[in-house]
Amino acid sequence: MAQGVWIVAEQRDGALRKISFELASTARKLADQLGTEVGAILLGSGIEGLAAQLGKYGVDKVYVGDSPVLDPYITEAHAEAAAKIIKEKDPAILLLGASVQGKDLAGRLAGKLATGLATDCTEVKIADGKLLAIRPLYAGKCFGEIVTNTNPQMASLRPNVFPVAEITKAAEVVKFDPGVDAAKLKSKVLEVQKDTSGKVDLTEANVIVSGGRGMKGPEGYQILEELADVLKGCVGASRAAVDAGWRPQKDQVGQTGKVVSPNLYIACGISGAIQHLAGMSSSKYIVAINKDAEAPIFAKADYGIVDDLFKVVPELTSACKKLLA
Amino acid sequence: MNIIACVKQVPDTEAQIKVKADGSGIEEGQIKWVMNPYDEFGVEEALRLKEKNGGDVTIVSVGPARAMETIRTALAMGADKGIHVCDPAFDNADAYVTAAALAAAIKGMPCDIIFCGQRAIDDDSGQVGAILAELLEMPQLTLVTKLDFAGSSVKAIRPIEGAQLLIETALPCVVTAQKGLNEPRYASLPGIMKAKKKPVDVKNAAALGIASEAKAKVAKTTPPPARPPGKIICGDEPAQKAVEVARLLREEAKVI
Repeated sequence: MAQGVWIVAEQRDGALRKISFELASTARKLADQLGTEVGAILLGSGIEGLAAQLGKYGVDKVYVGDSPVLDPYITEAHAEAAAKIIKEKDPAILLLGASVQGKDLAGRLAGKLATGLATDCTEVKIADGKLLAIRPLYAGKCFGEIVTNTNPQMASLRPNVFPVAEITKAAEVVKFDPGVDAAKLKSKVLEVQKDTSGKVDLTEANVIVSGGRGMKGPEGYQILEELADVLKGCVGASRAAVDAGWRPQKDQVGQTGKVVSPNLYIACGISGAIQHLAGMSSSKYIVAINKDAEAPIFAKADYGIVDDLFKVVPELTSACKKLLA
Repeated sequence: MNIIACVKQVPDTEAQIKVKADGSGIEEGQIKWVMNPYDEFGVEEALRLKEKNGGDVTIVSVGPARAMETIRTALAMGADKGIHVCDPAFDNADAYVTAAALAAAIKGMPCDIIFCGQRAIDDDSGQVGAILAELLEMPQLTLVTKLDFAGSSVKAIRPIEGAQLLIETALPCVVTAQKGLNEPRYASLPGIMKAKKKPVDVKNAAALGIASEAKAKVAKTTPPPARPPGKIICGDEPAQKAVEVARLLREEAKVI
């Protein structure tokens, strides 16, 4: 019978990504409720040394597929390697990160294993011995409770939502042959163009300072950049601002952009169109700064300032600077 | 080239979503239905490939009778023909069942490249393209923002966290479109007239011979958790309000 709560750990350039610890900590909780073990699949090249770190977050056994064919990440190679060990060991539950790579792999694996997958979950629990995965639908305009009747019951977890809990534990490392034939792979990574800004992705940011139509133009964002720098955060934008060409596509927050859940989201000159609210409502704290007291964004905000953002934001930047000095 | 673009009909992004009282789904009465925005990028890219390299574009959609409007929209944009997989058995289809239905409809057709949206903005699963690729034994390129056709392969740009990848993949393959790939065209009036006469083949579950039971079931739909009412910060001067918010973020919210 299928048992065990497993995760697919995510690493890049020889370092585990934070989502891996979120996955491990969450899997530990679920496994304790079921009285079972936590397994982790770790794939890459020259990454065996990372396995021990996963023990600190509650993983009992790390299945390491270490081969040059697994670096850099190619969907087919990782899916084949993961499916091989999953079919052999038959875990009941399988969690992945809802990161770009995690989502890419999760879909392919669900296809290979012919099982159900709940994408981008914000809560997972055990009900009647099975995984109950809770996830936003319509970009958070409503939520769905997902149950899967086939094994492994798969879910991908939204980054930045699940708490990380360190424990003292030594993970057992089990090496396996990924069984991937490099000659059969149809995709090849030709180039990795790294973002040199040094900023993390919006989906991984703890603080986002976001601007909308009220910024009046691309130059308006300078004051948001300054506030974001002080708070060690990133700058986001509404669809209106991106469509106007003021900010790049990758900065768009909303139903047709990125869905984010930072600790703090500061919305400046954003009225709060429903498609924007859909992308940021799961932020832990929301601050809205807008001249229009009737703007729908204030209904979602923990703290609202009805005033001219061009006067408020620089003051907020200097106030934060003082507090953080 | 034989190009396929998969489309889904979804509620407009401005639609208010109301959950049914019994939690069995959403109220559909007031909803305005549109083509999934990410699928529009896929259809547009398919049309551009055809215009450059010749060939034809087939639109495939799984959905109820109203989804025919979305297929006609794609035909009006310039696609050549459609396949509409329509059966009440697919009403509760999850990503796996949808992908299996698409795969069954596509299998046997000549095909060089398949476009899907990177996700549909209703269930936000983002799985159909990947499962479809797996079922058709093709490689996948998800979240593509730039695509160059190079004969027997394509070169694509895929943004990931903090980087962009340039990937080359052999054809046939499945490409899922991300915003930024292109600017979709509007259907012209003559296009809309012509679309009415373009062939659309309607197929049901029996004709495709696939199981329609969802693997991931939505046991219950709920409204989003309510946020506690917020505070509007009062004060005479912008500076005063800014200082108060900074203090609250530090002392009450503890997020800075």
